[in-house]
Amino acid sequence: MTDTPPLPKSLGANPLLSQWVRIHANGCVDIIPGKVEIGQGIATALLKMAAEALEVDPARIRMVRPATGDSPDEGVTSGSQSIQDCGRALRHVCAEVRDLFRAEAAMRLGADMAELGLDDGTLIGPGNARLSYWELADAVSLARPATPGTRDVLRTGTDLPRIDIADKVFGRPRFIHDMRPDDLLHGRVVPPPRIGSRPAPGQDLAALAGAGIQVVADGAFIGLLSPDELAVERAATRLREKVRWDGGAPLPDEASLHDWLTTQQVDPVVDQRGEAAAPAARTLVHSFLKPFIAHGSMAPSCALACWAPEGEPHLAVWTHSQGIYNLRADLSVVFGLPPERIRVEHVEGAGCYGHNPADDVALDAALLARAVPGRTVRMQMSREDELAGGPFAPAMRVDVEVDLDAQGALSGWRHTIWSNGHSMRPGRSKASTLRAAAQIEGGAPWPIAINMPPATGGGADRNAMPFYDIPARTVTNNRLTVMPIRTSAMRALGAFANVFAIESMMDEAAVAAGEDPVAFRLRHLSDPRAWDVIREAARLSGWGERAAVEGRGRGFAFARYKNTGAYCAVVADVTCTDEVRVNNLTIVVDVGEIISRDGVINQVEGGAIQATSWALKEAVHFAPEGILSRGWESYPILRFSEVPAVTVHLVERPEAPPMGAGEASQGPTGAAIANAVHDALGLRITRLPLTRETLIEAMELGQ
Amino acid sequence: MPTYELEINGTPRAVTAEADTPLLSVLRTELGLSGPRFGCGAGECGACRVLVDDQSMPACDTPVWAVAGKAVTTVEGLGSESDPHPLQSAFLKEQAMQCGYCVSGILISAAALLRRVARPTEDEVRAALDRNLCRCGAHNRMVRAILAASAEMAR
Ligand code: FES
Ligand code: FES
Repeated sequence: MTDTPPLPKSLGANPLLSQWVRIHANGCVDIIPGKVEIGQGIATALLKMAAEALEVDPARIRMVRPATGDSPDEGVTSGSQSIQDCGRALRHVCAEVRDLFRAEAAMRLGADMAELGLDDGTLIGPGNARLSYWELADAVSLARPATPGTRDVLRTGTDLPRIDIADKVFGRPRFIHDMRPDDLLHGRVVPPPRIGSRPAPGQDLAALAGAGIQVVADGAFIGLLSPDELAVERAATRLREKVRWDGGAPLPDEASLHDWLTTQQVDPVVDQRGEAAAPAARTLVHSFLKPFIAHGSMAPSCALACWAPEGEPHLAVWTHSQGIYNLRADLSVVFGLPPERIRVEHVEGAGCYGHNPADDVALDAALLARAVPGRTVRMQMSREDELAGGPFAPAMRVDVEVDLDAQGALSGWRHTIWSNGHSMRPGRSKASTLRAAAQIEGGAPWPIAINMPPATGGGADRNAMPFYDIPARTVTNNRLTVMPIRTSAMRALGAFANVFAIESMMDEAAVAAGEDPVAFRLRHLSDPRAWDVIREAARLSGWGERAAVEGRGRGFAFARYKNTGAYCAVVADVTCTDEVRVNNLTIVVDVGEIISRDGVINQVEGGAIQATSWALKEAVHFAPEGILSRGWESYPILRFSEVPAVTVHLVERPEAPPMGAGEASQGPTGAAIANAVHDALGLRITRLPLTRETLIEAMELGQ
Repeated sequence: MPTYELEINGTPRAVTAEADTPLLSVLRTELGLSGPRFGCGAGECGACRVLVDDQSMPACDTPVWAVAGKAVTTVEGLGSESDPHPLQSAFLKEQAMQCGYCVSGILISAAALLRRVARPTEDEVRAALDRNLCRCGAHNRMVRAILAASAEMAR
C-alpha cells in the first residue's frame, strides 16, 4: 500500500464527521463550516465543494452560521486559507459520508457498492431499487472520526450563484447591522485619543451625556447606552468633543516616519540562504517606505452582546469577527470566565480585509451589556473611530541591496525590514489584545503585535525572500517592540511592501543589466508555473510591442503569494500628469484547481483595485497628539471614475491543489504601478502612496 | 414633536420626529427598513442613499423636514425578488459585488442616473457613482451591470 495522505489540517483538529455535516430525514443537509463569510463569497464556494462530494443538489444544503461550541474550530478566516483548510476538510468529510451511505445502501439492497448509482443523494441499485440518504439518515451515524485516505470526488466545473447576493440586492436584513432583537439598547463608546490617555478628573460625564443616557465608565473606557439610537449617537458626538483627556503616549511625527522606524527598539530575525559568491560587479541600493494603512470597511464595526439576567454568569456575543474562537478566548481573559460560559456567534458584516475593529467592538458591546444584565446591547462604532481607532496595517521600511555579477546576473540580495508586527489578533496570548481590555481599570497592556511564523506565511517578512534564483539571499526582519500606533493584520500583510520593493529592484536591476524586465525575470526563475503566468501576462498585454508615448508608462511585476501560494503576474498601464492614473491592469493568476471561477476572478480583481487605491492614495495621517485621518475626506480611497479597467486570466491547473485567491494580486499590482510610473517619468518612486506630493518630492530628489 | 407626511416606496406614511432627525434614522429605526445602510453618517460614502423624488440623496445627511411631502424610494422600493428592477436583475446576473454593503446606495445612484439618461456611457456611469464608495473593488462589475440594465430597459 502506498502512503495514505494525512487528514486535512482542520479535520485533524475537529475529527468527527458530525462536526461538519448533518443529513436530515426531510432531505436537507446542514454544512457546518468553521470559516466565516467576510464578503468574499466563501460560503458559496464551500457549499459547492460539499455538494460535489456528497453528490446532492446544492439547493438541499444549508450553510450553518459558525458559532463557538457548535462549529469546528478553524482558527481565523484569513491568509487565503479557507479553501485549503475548510474546503479540503469538507470535501474529505462529505466524500466519506457519501461512501458510508453507499455502504449502508449496498448492504440493505444486497448489492455491490460499486454497482450502485447515485443521483442527488439517492442510491440506485439493480432493478432500480432505491434508497436515499434521507431514508437512511437515522441508520448511519456520523458521530465517528474521519478516516485518512483519498476518495474520488465529482467536479462539476460550473459556478454556483452566490447564496448571499439576493438579500443584498433587495436590501433585506443580512448584515449584523440589521439585527434588531426586541428590547434592544444601543451603545456607543468615546475612545481616548492616544494609547494610555485617561479622562481628566472632575468631569461630570453623566451631565455631559444628558438625560436618558446611561454612562458606563471604567478607567479610560467610556461607553453610553440608550434605547434611542439617535439620542445615544448624538450624546457620543457631544462627548467626543467635550471630554478632556490627560496623558497618553505621543505618536511619532508622520514626516519623520522613515527615520523613526529605524531608530526604535527591535527584535531582529535573520534568514540567510545560500553562499555569497564572487564579489559583486555592481550593487544597487534603495530604501522603500509604505505608510500605515487603514482597513476602511464600508460598515462601521458592530456587535451585539447579552449577559444572562441572573444565576451563573453567561455571555452571548454576535460578531463579524474573523475568528470566533479567538475572540471567545480573549473575552474569557477579560471577564475571567471559562470559555464554555461564553457563546460567540458569527453574523455577516461588510468586507473587513484583515483584523479591523470587529473584535474590539465585541468587547465594547460586552462591557456595555454587563451594566444591563438580561438586555441585549447593540454597539456600533463611529466612522471616525473605524478609520482612526483601529488596528492599522503597519508602516514598513524596506532597504534593499542587490548585487549583480559581471554578466549582469543577480548574485546577492539583502532585504532589511523595519516594521511593527502584523498580528495582534485575539486568542493568541495571555493578555487580551482587544482595545478596551487595556483601557478598563486594572486592564493589562496589550501584547505588542507579533509576526506569524514563516511556516504560516510570516508577517512583515511575508514575500520578503525573493522568489528568484539568486545564489545568496538574506532577509533581516526588524520587528519593532514599541507600538505607539496599534497594528495588526491587513490583507497580504508584508507582501504588499515587500513585493513593491523587490519588483522595483528587479526593474532597476534589469536596466542595469541592459535587459528587458520580463526577460530578466524569466532568466532568474526556474519554476515553470512562474514562467507560465509571466509569459501569459506579457503575451496578453502585448508587452514590448507598444511605442512609447509621452507621459504614459507600462510596468510589470510578479510574485508567488507567500512564495508557496498563488502565482500572479501584473502588467499596469498608467498615465502621469501631475497625478498618476492607472488605466489598465492585465493580470494572470494560477491558483491551482479553480473551485469557483467567478469567485477567483472577483477576488483577484477586487484585490488589485484595492491595491491600486493603497498605492495611489492611502496613508493614515498622524501627529504626536493622535490620528488625524478620521473620515473619507482625510482618508480618501479610489473612486469609480479612478478605477482602472482590469482583465483577469486564470491558468488552468485542474490537477494542482486549490489555493486562495484573495491576496495574490496586491503585491504585484502595487509594484507594477510603480514600475509603470518609472517607465513614464524615469523616476524611481520608493515611497507610497504615489500622490502628487510624492511625485514632486521624487522629481526634486532626482534633480 | 412634529409629524411629517412622506411617501415611502409608494405608500404614504406619517412620521413623528424632531425636524432635524436624519432621514436614515427614520427609515431604519421608525420604519424598520434595512436597505439603506449606515456607513459614515456624513454624506461621504453613499451607503445610505435613497431617491428623493428622482434625485439620489444621502439619507444620513438629509433631515426629515426636507423630505416632507416628497416621494422617498429605498432599494426595497426599486423592486423585489418577484418583480425586480432591471438594475437588481443585472446585479444578480453579473454577481456584481463582494460584501455588498455598498450595493443599496449604488443601485439607488444608478437608478437616479437611468431616470435622467436612458443610455449613459461608461464614463457617465462612473461619474454618477463618484459619491458612492466601494472598498471591495467590485466597481467594474457594477458598472457592467448598470450598462447591461440600461440596454435591457431600452429594449
Ligand atoms: S452613511 Fe450616508 S453617505 Fe455615508
Ligand atoms: S462590495 Fe464590499 S464595499 Fe462594495
